[in-house]
Amino acid sequence: MELNELYSDIILEYSRSEAYRKPLKEPNRKERGVNPSCGDDIELELKIEDGIIKEIGLLGTGCAISQASASMMAELIEGKTTEEAGRLADTFIGMIQKTVSEEEKLETLEEARVFQNISNMPARVKCAVLSWHTLKEALEKK
Amino acid sequence: MKDYRKDFPLLSYYHEKGRGIAYLDNAATTQKPFSVLRAEEEFYTHKNANPHRGAYDLSMAATKVLEDVREKTKRWLNVPKDGEIIFTKNASESLNLVAYSYGMHAISAGDEILLAVSEHHSNLVPWQMVAKAKGAVLSYLYLDEEGRITAEEVKKKITDKTKLVAIAQVSNVTGCISPLEDIIGLAHKRDAVVVVDGTQGAPHLTVDLEKMDADFYAFSGHKMLGPMGIGILYGKKQHLESMPPFLYGGDMIEYVKEQSATFAPLPQKFEAGTQNMGSIAGFGAAIAYLEGVGMKKLQALEKELTGYLLEKLGNIPYVSIVGSSGPENRIGVVPFVIEGVHPHDVVTILNKDSVAIRAGNHCAQPLHAYLKVPATCRASVYLYNTRDDIDRLADSLKGVRRWLGYGA
Ligand SMILES: Cc1ncc(COP(=O)(O)O)c(C=O)c1O
Ligand SMILES: [Zn+2]
Repeated sequence: MELNELYSDIILEYSRSEAYRKPLKEPNRKERGVNPSCGDDIELELKIEDGIIKEIGLLGTGCAISQASASMMAELIEGKTTEEAGRLADTFIGMIQKTVSEEEKLETLEEARVFQNISNMPARVKCAVLSWHTLKEALEKK
Repeated sequence: MKDYRKDFPLLSYYHEKGRGIAYLDNAATTQKPFSVLRAEEEFYTHKNANPHRGAYDLSMAATKVLEDVREKTKRWLNVPKDGEIIFTKNASESLNLVAYSYGMHAISAGDEILLAVSEHHSNLVPWQMVAKAKGAVLSYLYLDEEGRITAEEVKKKITDKTKLVAIAQVSNVTGCISPLEDIIGLAHKRDAVVVVDGTQGAPHLTVDLEKMDADFYAFSGHKMLGPMGIGILYGKKQHLESMPPFLYGGDMIEYVKEQSATFAPLPQKFEAGTQNMGSIAGFGAAIAYLEGVGMKKLQALEKELTGYLLEKLGNIPYVSIVGSSGPENRIGVVPFVIEGVHPHDVVTILNKDSVAIRAGNHCAQPLHAYLKVPATCRASVYLYNTRDDIDRLADSLKGVRRWLGYGA
């Protein structure tokens, strides 16, 4: 992944997105995710009703990559069932670890596919997967 | 002027491969000169045997390396007669040794442990552990607007309950030098023990432990040209002698029976198991290298580079230095932020120009919370850096915002 791919328009746009930057009134899941070495620190809030992710709040601070990845994730999982969201998380993490490469699966990630080659930048892998790991933890919490 | 860069094979290696690396992350670890690498090799090629364990010449030679480097360290730090030097694997282990073997016995419920909010996690988390286990209270020295610890703050926070003060000689984030004379003077007046984290001090300042009068002083060899894997702990013998061992096993005992053991005298009591002899030999060579340069000369070089670094950073639009931007009473560790760009992105972009600096919270999360910045960039110089390295940093920084889509 080259720098101009990393800081592409789409990633920059998502990194600045304010769409989910608000605390939820009544979240029923809250999970914090941190990259202790670089200082990415996100707080994910979810409102889940009848197994469906109704609302998402993304708080905290982080680099452009962690922020963009989190906004893309939020857009993707909004309105999905927790099972679907969990599958998307596995697909995203699998894509980065290069254990998932089936086209049909990758397509489900939509915009988030831009991070497919981030594994060539080992220093930034953690930034891209932070929100997805945080989501998985939030979903596993009952 | 002597070209120190020639002594550092890593710098030459990348230079010859094309673009040299502008290595400005010296607060994390420094590069190693040939003499240090040779000393390690010399140990393993000519003197390798287990020190203390054999009566043959080779083992004697290994033991001599160990004890010679200990003596050299004592001379270099002006260790008083009533003090001892113990080898560990790094500053973190040295500080843990003090926390476990001193703190866990000397601290009790209701006592206060005083530390600076700017402490490195290695001089903070072990004290949290002690405080939790013993029911003691951690209290903090906060910083003034310049990021400095003032004598007034120290006066205010040291109380009759203060049993131990844990303080960095120099902050690894702000680069500011702590007022150790005030701190140690005030602490000793109240019979509190002072643990100084010298990790960012020993590589840059002239350290005189007799004059400083700290009870403990800890640092790592790898931040002062030495190899990784060697840490130093100085302690006053009055404490070390009454403390229980930290690690138990071979080399640290006198007599072992089935149900009990007696322990070796200092310093072996705290050096269980086979030591990292290659690193100890290399550490001795690192001291010799610094002595060869001369600490006064080194400080003059660093002062010049630090002034230039502060000036350059101060003149780049959208860059703000965090804490003190003056060259006085500090070392060449400078934290800064770029408006609108997270430090992690800054580092990635600088990397394309082979400029190496650090981003994050530099193992000082409480400090970043106190300063209300989630993360900072940090550039840090050492004797082999040049104005050219700093120019490259500045040039690369000027391009950062454009990558993030800002106009300039
Ligand atoms: C002030 C300070 N204390 C302690 C440490 C810990 O050193 P080490 O990682 O070598 O144990 C460091 C290094 O990061 C430091 O800068
Ligand atoms: Zn990041």
